[in-house]
Amino acid sequence: MKLTLQVWRQERADAPGSLQTYVVDDISPDESFLEMLDVLNERLEEKGERPIAFDHDCREGICGACSMMVNGQAHGPRTRTTTCQLHMREFDDGDVILIEPWRATAFPVIQDLMVDRFAFDRIIQAGGYISVNTGSAPEANLMMVPKDDADLAFDGATCIGCGACVAQCPNTAAQLYTAAKIGHLNLYPQGQPERDERTVGMVEQMESELFGSCSNFRECEAVCPKGISIDWIARMNRDYLKAKLKGVNRR
Amino acid sequence: MTQSLNSQVPSGPLETKWLNYRDHLKLVAPNNRRKFEILVVGSGLAGASAAATLGEAGYNVKCFCFQDSPRRAHSISAQGGINAAKNYRNDGDSTFRLFYDTIKGGDFRSREANVYRLAEVSNEIIDQAVAQGVPFAREYGGLLDNRSFGGAQVARTFYARGQTGQQLLLGAYQALSRQIAAGTVKMFPRTEMLDVVVDEGRARGIVTRDLVTGAVESHAGHAVVLATGGYSNVYYLSTNAMACNATAIWRAHRRGAMLANPCFTQIHPTCIPQSGENQSKLTLMSESLRNDGRIWVPTSADDTRAARDIPESDRDYYLERRYPSFGNLVPRDVASRNAKSVVDEGRGVGALKNGVYLDFADAIGRLGRDAIEEKYGNLFEMYERITGENPYGVPMRIYPAPHYTMGGLWVDYNMMSNVDGLFVIGEANFSDHGANRLGASALMQGLADGYFVLPYTLASYLAPHLGERVATDTEPFRKTEAEVSGLIRGFLDSKGKRTVDSFHRELGHIVRDECGMSRSEPGLKKALEKIPALREEFHENLNLSGGDGLNLSLERAGRVADFFELAELMCIDALDRRESCGGHFREESQTQEGEAKRDDENFTHVSAWEYTGNLSEPKLHKEALDFEAVQLTQRSYK
Ligand SMILES: Cc1cc2nc3c(=O)[nH]c(=O)nc-3n(C[C@H](O)[C@H](O)[C@H](O)COP(=O)(O)OP(=O)(O)OC[C@H]3O[C@@H](n4cnc5c(N)ncnc54)[C@H](O)[C@@H]3O)c2cc1C
Ligand code: FES
Repeated sequence: MKLTLQVWRQERADAPGSLQTYVVDDISPDESFLEMLDVLNERLEEKGERPIAFDHDCREGICGACSMMVNGQAHGPRTRTTTCQLHMREFDDGDVILIEPWRATAFPVIQDLMVDRFAFDRIIQAGGYISVNTGSAPEANLMMVPKDDADLAFDGATCIGCGACVAQCPNTAAQLYTAAKIGHLNLYPQGQPERDERTVGMVEQMESELFGSCSNFRECEAVCPKGISIDWIARMNRDYLKAKLKGVNRR
Repeated sequence: MTQSLNSQVPSGPLETKWLNYRDHLKLVAPNNRRKFEILVVGSGLAGASAAATLGEAGYNVKCFCFQDSPRRAHSISAQGGINAAKNYRNDGDSTFRLFYDTIKGGDFRSREANVYRLAEVSNEIIDQAVAQGVPFAREYGGLLDNRSFGGAQVARTFYARGQTGQQLLLGAYQALSRQIAAGTVKMFPRTEMLDVVVDEGRARGIVTRDLVTGAVESHAGHAVVLATGGYSNVYYLSTNAMACNATAIWRAHRRGAMLANPCFTQIHPTCIPQSGENQSKLTLMSESLRNDGRIWVPTSADDTRAARDIPESDRDYYLERRYPSFGNLVPRDVASRNAKSVVDEGRGVGALKNGVYLDFADAIGRLGRDAIEEKYGNLFEMYERITGENPYGVPMRIYPAPHYTMGGLWVDYNMMSNVDGLFVIGEANFSDHGANRLGASALMQGLADGYFVLPYTLASYLAPHLGERVATDTEPFRKTEAEVSGLIRGFLDSKGKRTVDSFHRELGHIVRDECGMSRSEPGLKKALEKIPALREEFHENLNLSGGDGLNLSLERAGRVADFFELAELMCIDALDRRESCGGHFREESQTQEGEAKRDDENFTHVSAWEYTGNLSEPKLHKEALDFEAVQLTQRSYK
């Protein structure tokens, strides 16, 4: 296959960026999207040019590192698929492909397609855990969890923290991510004692970051590689309201 | 520095060794803990669990990882599950059985006391993870579910759909995040450790590079813990994440830490075969698929028919034929070697004839498509995404791929290397899996080390050092930092023609061919000529662009340079071990049926290699392995 790529190049966070055009040929449809970029990068290196920086690691759709807008869509055209799992057979010979970084003020560009997603970690630090010191756990089967709750909680827990939800949202809201994380822990019996503080802490941390606010565009749900539903957001809003009515404030 | 190899295994009966030992370890009082600085390199299961636990205890911890978030450490990609001897199924499991299976699976090349301790703390790991909210699979009654995994004859594996690694790591990451918020742990993401600072035989700290700004910095501590994972990427193509590397352990090795059994690597039988030269990694298809899939190749090498057109009479279900009692569930090393031999005979399948079939037609016929979808839906989907083929209709194609490294830095019973104050946990050490790791036991080991072993042994190490000053303003720090900067400069100044990846690919080919699933004296000797020659070319002809800030090629160059040196040691180790055991198959040492033949008389030891300054002449130290509770038997899966 022969493709024309328009790739966002930006040297540093504070440098201006622009789209550059590259033509790559001899690409096999069996290659993955990132392998196609590897090929381009190796050719750039051979010419003494700086390769395109992008985050990636597992290339199995689970670490959440890969993060790029492909033709305006987070992770590209295939639903429920991270960029690293996208294969070139989804494209046609001769296609022009636009490749950009996540676009969100809360995720500043570090270089090219690489962005800073530490805001996500800070949301977890604000309460996304169950406080249990190592060694103090009771026997695992003492606590029963109804299978339906466990299965539902799992649907939230599958979030890989990639940030596609934020990148696709016209407002760059982080509601889906935050809600999935809160929802998983709030559904478990273990998560009850800290339920209110967790919800308030995480929601207010999210609000203090540079994310936008949610206006139910549902774009997040559509691009989430793990298919996480926006029902979680409603659940989070309910939990938040309840906690606030009880007068719970951030610790 | 003395180079004696004392394993520090305490005396007493196996069953009570650890408990007795723990009872007598030295302690650090709670109000003194904050006076200690501890450096944890790595935030995978081993590193995150250790850093979180030490933070909870009150130590001052710094934790480092090269990813942008600790949550993305390679542990995240583990699929299948984690073992524990809970015996929830009432099927006869026990600490002893888990211990025995693990030590036998490792082909009797691991330390008995370590493996026993691992089995002993396995239950606490499950308790801890469940309390953290890790969403393990449950039964309708609300209790935890188990499955049998990797050929085990009891169901002791806990799992979380196909993402046990992600869920366990998120549990540890959340505990770590809590400590970051509490201020006991300071996290350094996008930071790569490039050297250990050793002063008068003791580890005093590390030198790191900020991967965004390029700044080289020193960090001092009372102890250094390496939890930096495995080195399967020495093979270039492996199931590991792209950035997994050996730099931390290799640089520690160059500073005096011994590297044990580097040739013990695991080639996992069920991965998607390579599809072309530009392939960057191989994808694992969970081993659980072997519970229902049947493995076969055509009987004749000339068969060009599509799988479904090949009648039963022309198929060779070679594992079922050769191992009637274990069949498709033989251990990984056995399954892998057999796949290699049928492919080498020309009976491989797929366009490149580089795979074997893993066929679900019978299982679908027996259990129905829905049942198979319920069990393996995600995996089938992943397979389809990667290959474009639908495994409900045509058999999967699989082939072995490098997956896990049992070898690693030598550690004693306390998880401390032979360098005082340098601890090594998780896949980075060599300790618990001998010559072959069983499924679902690496997650167990990483978390055992980090949650339940290191926090005790480290405290005992620290206790006498209370009040000692740690600082980076010393000569050894300045010198190490200067050496690291020099190394980086050297790469940046290279003006050659070949890219890092082209060297890595070529190195990978050599190691795969000669030190992969099958090893022989002539092959290893050939590799030992090729590797140093290619390494020399690498240092002379490397083409590297970019500057000293964020520079992905520079990062890879440093890692590949270390792989080159490690690869040579792997081959030296493989050549020295003139027996077959576990994943280490020496063609010269096989039974008449072509199975691995151990040589217990001469090789019941750990080979720990000391760096001498000359890469081709490392010094061998042996730690004899004594077995009190088990009898060494030749493994048989017939
Ligand atoms: C695809 C796959 C599936 C698997 N499935 C299973 C399974 O089902 N069950 C099972 O038991 N095991 C499984 N394993 C094995 C298991 O996942 C690993 O052995 C284990 O997770 C390793 O954990 P770790 O903490 O030792 O290292 P890792 O998780 O690899 O973490 C290493 C950490 O060290 C950091 N690091 C490394 N070098 C440096 C450096 N120089 N400077 C700074 N930081 C550094 C990294 O950033 C990372 O944080 C699987 C492995 C793979 C590849
Ligand atoms: S690289 Fe890990 S999810 Fe894409």
